[in-house]
Amino acid sequence: MEVTETVAIDHGLKKEEFSKICELLQRTPNLTELAIFSAMWNEHCSYKSSRKHLKKMHTKGKQVIQGPGENAGVIDIGDDDAIVFKIESHNHPSFIEPYQGAATGVGGIMRDVFTMGARPIANLNSIHFGSPQHKKTRNLLRGVVKGIGGYGNCIGVPTIAGQTTFDESYNGNILVNAMTLGLVNKNKIFYSKAAGLDKPVIYVGSKTGRDGIHGASMASATFDDKIEEKKPTVQVGDPFTEKLLLEACLELMADNSIIAIQDMGAAGLTSSSVEMASKGNLGIELNLSEVPCREEKMTPYEIMLSESQERMLIVLEKGKEDHAKKIFDKWNLDFAVIGKTTNSKKIELIFNNKIVAEIPIDLLAENAPIYDRPWKKTKLPQKLKFDKDEFKSLKLSDCLKKILSNSNISDKKWIWDQYDHTVMGDTIQKPGGDAGVVRVHGTNKAVAASVDSSALYCFSHPLTGGKQIVCESYRNLISVGAKPIAITNCLNFGNPEKEKNMGEFVECVEGITEASKYLDFPVVSGNVSFYNETKDKGIKPTPTIGGVGLISDYQQMLTMGFKTEGNLVYVIGKTDGHLDQSIFARELLNEKKGPPPTVNLFNEKNIGETVLDLSRKNLIVSCHDVSLGGILIAVSKMCIKGKKGIKINTLKGLTNKYEYFFGEDQARYIVEIPKASLKKVNDILTKYSVHFDELGTVNGQSIEYKDDINLPIEELADAHKYWLKKYMDS
Amino acid sequence: MRSSVIIFPGSNCDRDMDVALKKFGFKNQMVWHNDKSIPKSDLIVLPGGFSYGDYLRCGSIASKSKIIKSVIDFANSGGLVLGICNGFQILTETGLLKGILQQNKFLNFICSNVFVKVKDKQNKYFKDLKKDVLELHIAHNEGNYFCSDDELKSLEDNNQIAVTYCGEDGAENETTNPNGAIKNIAGIFNKNKNVLGMMPHPERMIDKYLSGEDGSLFFKNILDNFK
Repeated sequence: MEVTETVAIDHGLKKEEFSKICELLQRTPNLTELAIFSAMWNEHCSYKSSRKHLKKMHTKGKQVIQGPGENAGVIDIGDDDAIVFKIESHNHPSFIEPYQGAATGVGGIMRDVFTMGARPIANLNSIHFGSPQHKKTRNLLRGVVKGIGGYGNCIGVPTIAGQTTFDESYNGNILVNAMTLGLVNKNKIFYSKAAGLDKPVIYVGSKTGRDGIHGASMASATFDDKIEEKKPTVQVGDPFTEKLLLEACLELMADNSIIAIQDMGAAGLTSSSVEMASKGNLGIELNLSEVPCREEKMTPYEIMLSESQERMLIVLEKGKEDHAKKIFDKWNLDFAVIGKTTNSKKIELIFNNKIVAEIPIDLLAENAPIYDRPWKKTKLPQKLKFDKDEFKSLKLSDCLKKILSNSNISDKKWIWDQYDHTVMGDTIQKPGGDAGVVRVHGTNKAVAASVDSSALYCFSHPLTGGKQIVCESYRNLISVGAKPIAITNCLNFGNPEKEKNMGEFVECVEGITEASKYLDFPVVSGNVSFYNETKDKGIKPTPTIGGVGLISDYQQMLTMGFKTEGNLVYVIGKTDGHLDQSIFARELLNEKKGPPPTVNLFNEKNIGETVLDLSRKNLIVSCHDVSLGGILIAVSKMCIKGKKGIKINTLKGLTNKYEYFFGEDQARYIVEIPKASLKKVNDILTKYSVHFDELGTVNGQSIEYKDDINLPIEELADAHKYWLKKYMDS
Repeated sequence: MRSSVIIFPGSNCDRDMDVALKKFGFKNQMVWHNDKSIPKSDLIVLPGGFSYGDYLRCGSIASKSKIIKSVIDFANSGGLVLGICNGFQILTETGLLKGILQQNKFLNFICSNVFVKVKDKQNKYFKDLKKDVLELHIAHNEGNYFCSDDELKSLEDNNQIAVTYCGEDGAENETTNPNGAIKNIAGIFNKNKNVLGMMPHPERMIDKYLSGEDGSLFFKNILDNFK
């Protein structure tokens, strides 16, 4: 086929990009070369719209061993232990084919982690679906959950936490973000930078098939009516092979045979070989006739673009080939020497003894286009003036039950029952808490992780929303007694070529950066998913934050369920009663306007450190942060989890009970305090100058507040626990 | 007491089992599926996971693996063989245990704590166990035990039903049956009661920070009965 501008456009390149390629090469590329350019220059691989803004992120910290730019980020957790972690999107494929899309999302992120030498120890996910009433939602949800479970369960890595939301903006573009944490000795971390000339380049894992061709380009475009036709671009996963690949790689990593290693993810062999060579400032020569293929007569074009799963590319020390092959033979995996590193600084492809492509590496990496796209600021919406007389017709207890069974608040047990969350024998906090917690095997340490996003806040005001999610993640970790260390982010947005969407991206990133800097909570890895748009309708901006924290003695971990009758319950942090953008406003007043709650970073940090201090001194026995839904929802969850009630005090100086109980002000926690600790707690709260309310006392089997609320815990639990199951069964 | 845990490609509870056995004082070793023989053992464990990717049928390829002949010989000579989850599936595929494990009734993978009733204590696993109801943990997609009427009758007649799903109070009924297993069966013995297969994972319940501690009772009891 002759390469023309039309062919280039069919490959997802822009007209100007094609002219630039011809100019840089000083000739027209052949079809294979064009395919390589299209794979490397698309949004998904090149970050061409986002790179300029991502550079500003806060990525350094005392405990950061590796920030963004590698397969995953790495943090130091002491005693030579390090945690490798990253979150990644698999949105486009999951909408087209939910089971395989979600499954390979999980497979891909686990490979990113074990590529660095770490054994995966926990998985998390953040999944977002259209309105529950939308005809596709139920099947997409079922498929995604089965896909995530099918892959993670088989590998034997526990899924310890997650987040599921429903919003009509995802009707045409669901989001599937998967996160993995791995454990590695900090002196045995593997990187993707090739080094040394004439070193063998090894292909290991599954054979290459025709699945997933153009996957990365598909993920860099919006959807239209013909998405069914894109099914062949979705990869097909085989978790069994991945489990073998994991064990084989870790076995080979036990000695010093590997110089560099990179998994074949988006854009397969193309991006993995180019990235390794580019980082090492080398050239690479690949003989494509040596690539193990699943199907007959595969062309260089197909081999270079295939996104078949469970494959790795390794640059090995010379002379270690036999040793390495033995290990991969033991695990019944393909092993082939397919090339070598060179000093040409080019990628050279040979097929049937002929050179079929030859491109200088820097044209694919450093010279890839970078765009400074125009963007528009989002103004802070005006605060609403609620008609408080209207509230009076609402009974507090009815409001509470209604919110507890809201699709975004209700219990997600139906989902996490399908994920193996206890394999590996170290899960000490299961899904359903503020964060999942796993012990660092064989030590007293434990690692906490949580995933969060707040699309409603980000849509209303991206700058505030960006800050808020980082704070939410920070609070969730502190609520289980962990010291927050670092975050990974998955930035899900609409079409960057639209000023509004681009503006949402820029301002969310700004918010994330500001908060992570202030809280010393750096970003160490992540990815960007643009073009989450169908027929001109984009998603609400949905940056997802995966936070990781450390509990130095796992016996100090906190959970949210109330523990002992007679203990006191405090709300730490001040409640102003911010109802704009709250679930209460949406669900009971049908009011969707107004600004998100203000984020005060000083308060977040000060109050967070206070609560952490209380937990380190063993002065509190349960803890939960106040977020979506407000105080009454938070306290109900603590009752349901602990199977104990609460008698709420008549609160002094309360101006409006609806605002107090359902307001979504930030920087607040609810803690349970044994009477014996009370004085010490009060002293510490005074020392930090932190506002607190004496909310009530753990008592009986009901939640009680004056004459307004008297609800048995069982009734609350029924409202909370069964919405999703009923929905899925209906 | 010496134990051996067999690792098949795709096993994923092998390490957990190793940790549990060693915690209670077993001298455990790991055995690779391609090995021809098993070191001298008093107990052989087939761990949970997805041996050979569960391709064809759960446990079926493992039941034809190189090592399995030694396991069968060991069982036939009276040695203790314990299969947990995928290990139970493998044991039914080898014919050492009767029946099959079908997909769960509601077609979903289930990961959850369950209560099981110990139905027989005349055996080396549960003899003198202080509790009648244990809280254990399941994590499977194919745990729905089924067998023919004749097989069921013979299991019942010979007291080969080891554990059944029940409530905290021991009630065995449809609501306490997580996967649709016939007669709430969670685990069974062979005729000589030296081979035990069960879906619940005792190795995930071995300290108070995990989902529970009743798994500890199970392992300690095996050791106590051996002494």
